[in-house]
Amino acid sequence: MQNVKTLIVLLSLLAFHADAQQLLRWGGDSEGGAPYVEADPADPSKVRGYDVEVADEIAKGLGRRAQFVQVQFQSIDQSVARGDFDIGMSGVEQTDPRCAALACTVPYFEFHEVIAVRPEDKDRYRTLADLKGRRVATLSGTIAYDLLLKAEKDQGVILVSYDDDVHPYEDMKQGRVDAVLLDNIIAARALRRTGGIFIQPQPVAAGHYVGVLAKENTALRDRINDVLRARMRDGTLEKIYRKWEIWDEYQPAFFRTVAEGEAPRVMPQTAAPRESRMDVVMKYIPALLRASLITIVMSCAAMALAIMVGVLIASGRVYGGVFTRMLLTFYVEVVRGTPVLLQLFVLYYGLSSVIRLPAFIAALLGLGLNYAAYESEIYRGALEAVPRGQLEAARTLGLTEYQVFTLVRGPQAFRIALAPMTNDFVALLKDSSLVSVITVVELTKQTSIFAANIGSWVIPGALCAGLYLALSLPLARLARMLESKWRMSTE
Amino acid sequence: MNDEILRIDSLRLNRGAREVLRGVNITAARGELVALMGLSGGGKTTILRSVAALEAFDAGSIDIGGVVLRPGPLPKGTLARELRKQVGMVFQLHYLFEHLTAMQNVTLAPLHVAHAAQAAAEARALQLLESLGVSHRKDALPRELSGGEAQRVAIARAMAMDPPLLLMDEPTASLDPARRQELGDTLRRLVAEGRTLVVTTHDDDFARDFADRVVILAEGEVVEQGNARDVLTNPQHAATKALLQGRAT
Repeated sequence: MQNVKTLIVLLSLLAFHADAQQLLRWGGDSEGGAPYVEADPADPSKVRGYDVEVADEIAKGLGRRAQFVQVQFQSIDQSVARGDFDIGMSGVEQTDPRCAALACTVPYFEFHEVIAVRPEDKDRYRTLADLKGRRVATLSGTIAYDLLLKAEKDQGVILVSYDDDVHPYEDMKQGRVDAVLLDNIIAARALRRTGGIFIQPQPVAAGHYVGVLAKENTALRDRINDVLRARMRDGTLEKIYRKWEIWDEYQPAFFRTVAEGEAPRVMPQTAAPRESRMDVVMKYIPALLRASLITIVMSCAAMALAIMVGVLIASGRVYGGVFTRMLLTFYVEVVRGTPVLLQLFVLYYGLSSVIRLPAFIAALLGLGLNYAAYESEIYRGALEAVPRGQLEAARTLGLTEYQVFTLVRGPQAFRIALAPMTNDFVALLKDSSLVSVITVVELTKQTSIFAANIGSWVIPGALCAGLYLALSLPLARLARMLESKWRMSTE
Repeated sequence: MNDEILRIDSLRLNRGAREVLRGVNITAARGELVALMGLSGGGKTTILRSVAALEAFDAGSIDIGGVVLRPGPLPKGTLARELRKQVGMVFQLHYLFEHLTAMQNVTLAPLHVAHAAQAAAEARALQLLESLGVSHRKDALPRELSGGEAQRVAIARAMAMDPPLLLMDEPTASLDPARRQELGDTLRRLVAEGRTLVVTTHDDDFARDFADRVVILAEGEVVEQGNARDVLTNPQHAATKALLQGRAT
């Protein structure tokens, strides 16, 4: 009997082990869409795309079954490093920092960075040099981003970074930016999807997509390399690429080089000289400081707006008529009941057909109007906390209602509201990181770009946290000082 | 009557179905201290609040030195401004402005309503605080004042606009005997200056000692009035007797 039990336990352990062996967990971002990875329109619980098929081929070659893991594009590196999946591979670019921090496979596709412009600008903006003083969009954390960072210095273009690769083209069509620099696959897709753009035929640079594995996972990486080379030689990858219409004149030569085991040729722009980590950190510090400035200016302006609008809403809700009160209550409940992220999207993208707000203004309005709803509730409570008897006493002295508000009720309410207000300001300072979704590069966004480029979160994370604390601690201190000064007069 | 500063005529006031005031008639002459007495809920405070235009009433009229209040919404604009020049009020809980010092409480209205010069307003305020014996507390905030001090600052605040009629709600509540005597002396001095005081109180000794006239209210009606000493020594109405007995027991 005892033996049977042991046997069952052993068998089940084996079965579990065997099952784990058979899976190749691969991570990608289905939000990135076709032709990389997209939700299958026929069955949205499944994914399809050329990366999906390449992953299937790799799994087959390893004798495993591929299993997709959804991960945000910008987080693929960190996610694979901490072991969320075996290999990350939706349009992951081969860069020196990445392949130093992780185990990169051989490249399996050669792409080109191309400039897309509005059709009427096709003769004006052919090269990055033509775009001096113009706004050029791209996806953050990519080779294209680094190219534009360099072009910002050398050619004077203005870099606008996005978290996704659809909105750059939309915003270009609407005139918010003048050009987009991105991978030819992405540009071709944008052209197919909606038209209305022109892709300059002369590429700015070439690059390659690789699979990334955790640094210690070199054994699996080498086996995957063998599979990839074999599938290049036997035409399987060509078939997949043709199916997804990404096979072009560059691939045959690229395949030959890789299949023969050589490193593929790289255009000079992408082969930046290797820099020490310290140099990279130093290079990013000015950018981080600039981003902190944006964070603090954005937060202060948004808070000022929130206070002004909040006072108006609170006054309206305390003094206004039935209709005013209902309208303002509706506003407060809608704003508090929906995510600020959604509000930012609506302000920036949703309203763009009616009014085309610049990103910074949209961010400021979004945060300010959102926080105004919260502030108004604080002020309303504070106004109602001032004893009615004092208001009546003021009236019997002959003060007008307006004077009662500005001389008696307002000043006392402000002192009551101060502590929760400071709290909100610190919260807003940190919530300001959300505005990166509408292309404003503030402190957190700059940090994640920094982290992506050096392939580690340790130094950027520490610097970022330090800067946030440097901004919020003095604020908390100032609030405590004001509070203790005023507490004397309110208790 | 020419020296009449206050005439309340058939004043009626309802709160929902409850009749709080049921046709009240009261007059007060210049230089008179009138005590309003009656059991709690008799409508004493409501009368003061109606005269100060803090509460609207349903019928009757109130004439304060020629400014006439009528039923309907509370007065606004010119009428309100004229009224405020005639009436000041001291609340039972004082309701000093908590964020301002004693001095600032007193100068607020002179500065912002009468648009007096800062120096003149402060000089007058200091004089008032001095006459009430609290000038040494002029820089204190309300929360730092004792009950008696706060009351005197509240009186100074109401006096700063120099109204001929001053209403005081329960000034004797929570005062010890020594303080009560002091308050009585102060009120007599104000009356001697020609001011009219209408004071609600539960304290018949105080009324007997300091009031010229007493008005007894019961269930929203005036049941007895006359010379304070006479009425309180020789009560005629059952409600007055009950009031005095209630205190005696």
